[in-house]
Amino acid sequence: MELHELTLNELHGKLKQKEISSVEATKALLARIDAVDPRVNAYITVRHDGALKAAADADARIARGEIAPLTGIPVGLKDIFVTKGVKTTCGSKILENFVPPYDGTAVAKLKAQGAVLLGKLNQDEFAMGSSSESSYFGTTKNPWDLECTPGGSSGGSAAAIAAQTATATLGTDTGGSIRQPASHCSCVGLKPTYGRVSRYGVIAYASSLDQVGPVTRDVTDAAIMLGAVAGYDPMDSTSVETPVPDYLASLEQGVKGLKIGLPKEYFIEGLDPDVKKAMDEAIATYRALGAEIKEVSLPHTEYAVATYYLVATAEASSNLARYDGVRFGHRTAEAKGLIDMFAKSRAEGFGAEVKRRIMLGTYALSSGYYDAYYLKAQKVRTLIRQDFTNALSEVDVLLTPVAPTPAFKLGEKVADPLQMYLSDIFTIPVNLAGTCGISLPAGFSAAGLPIGVQLIGRPFGEDAILQAARAFERETEWHKRKAAL
Amino acid sequence: MKITRAEVEHVARLARLELSEPELDTFTSQMDSILAYVEKLNGLNTDDIVPTSHAVPMENAFRADQPKGSLPVEEATANAPEHAESFFRVPKVIE
Repeated sequence: MELHELTLNELHGKLKQKEISSVEATKALLARIDAVDPRVNAYITVRHDGALKAAADADARIARGEIAPLTGIPVGLKDIFVTKGVKTTCGSKILENFVPPYDGTAVAKLKAQGAVLLGKLNQDEFAMGSSSESSYFGTTKNPWDLECTPGGSSGGSAAAIAAQTATATLGTDTGGSIRQPASHCSCVGLKPTYGRVSRYGVIAYASSLDQVGPVTRDVTDAAIMLGAVAGYDPMDSTSVETPVPDYLASLEQGVKGLKIGLPKEYFIEGLDPDVKKAMDEAIATYRALGAEIKEVSLPHTEYAVATYYLVATAEASSNLARYDGVRFGHRTAEAKGLIDMFAKSRAEGFGAEVKRRIMLGTYALSSGYYDAYYLKAQKVRTLIRQDFTNALSEVDVLLTPVAPTPAFKLGEKVADPLQMYLSDIFTIPVNLAGTCGISLPAGFSAAGLPIGVQLIGRPFGEDAILQAARAFERETEWHKRKAAL
Repeated sequence: MKITRAEVEHVARLARLELSEPELDTFTSQMDSILAYVEKLNGLNTDDIVPTSHAVPMENAFRADQPKGSLPVEEATANAPEHAESFFRVPKVIE
């Protein structure tokens, strides 16, 4: 097996045994990036020199006998993570030349273990999108079919895993931005509970929904990555002081007796037949493994997308007010006065989807419309949260599709934002409820495109969904298939 | 119509976004269809429902009021389009 194909855990084993060095692994990944990334475009920035230097440092550390799970592991980060001295664009022209003066907490934790940062991964601009097509730096292609989208917004993170141009990656998920691309690219993608991972140094889109999580080759790798970045952080007052369990300790314990709920509202007409087939097979697999399958209800599911596009855009319009051409980011060359400078800098720096969401959010928060739109959406959010609390008191986890269809063609939904928004119907409710969900490979369509299924857990129940995901993975071969590039 | 072109222009001014004429047209029709879609929330009675502003119930998070190190001025201003000494420079505000 080639070095770039190894899982994080396999590579860790070989580094620990000193079978190979981090420099060798990093060189292999960089060569793979040079060979295939021109076709995939998963990376915005590649750190050829910086990565090799970090790998050499990691090797010195391993030689001293100090090896942590991520020491010497070549990782890629979504370009939403602020990285000291490494350009961080968030997929936007407005941050085209932004070089942060500090590392965010998740990045600092990976570095503290000696992880090797290969580069920064492509994404929808400011994480707003479901296809990675809104990036200023060109769209990312799906390694399974270069005419299809990898999903979004963490499309670069998922595409890099599928193209084997990173051993593990981090993304962020506000309405499905980790789980949906993971599903479209046959990766494992975990959105932790809100507050599980610090958001310090993660460029904000919708602050009450954004969460950091891993996109990896398998479930074990996701458990390792989550363990590395989870935990309370005094720099993020919304992070939670719940202790971080050892996610590997419970991983192999199986699903015998586990109660799995199927939310009946998720089995809608219009669900793609290939997705339906993968779901049916996943249900049969869990039943055969000794899990108890039960129908449950999330009665407010149909209101989730509307709720999300009010809450998320309102928060975005506020968060993105900071891009004003004063302290960092693009400034117009032709300003007549200060207000004009703000309006022109923002007009030149933001793409169409970001402008649309700022407009929608500003409208929802504006005088006379606040109660009708924003407050109403916050109240419906309460009902959606209660749905999950109720369903997850009857069962241990929920099993659902991730997306209603496999990956769609590039360009297919660009002109119709509402259709694009509706592709997140099964992932958005989890963010509104604030709980955790994981996407795992569960089959392929007749056309050969990957299909994922989602397990949803109770708040801070990442260990339970990882354990259930691992049980499925042990019984299936889907995660072992590799995209031909 | 849920939203008029004039309202879209007003919102763009509030958001400090200079939009072109074609953008105003496109956004008016797209926002109109999105707002028509979110109208479905009004089918739910939420009179006695407490709004959720945050996924995890939490109180204000306080810390001790102790000064800590901060970014050196040179690093804090390094990304500014224009700066002078320790200041960010902007176009003239007062005539």
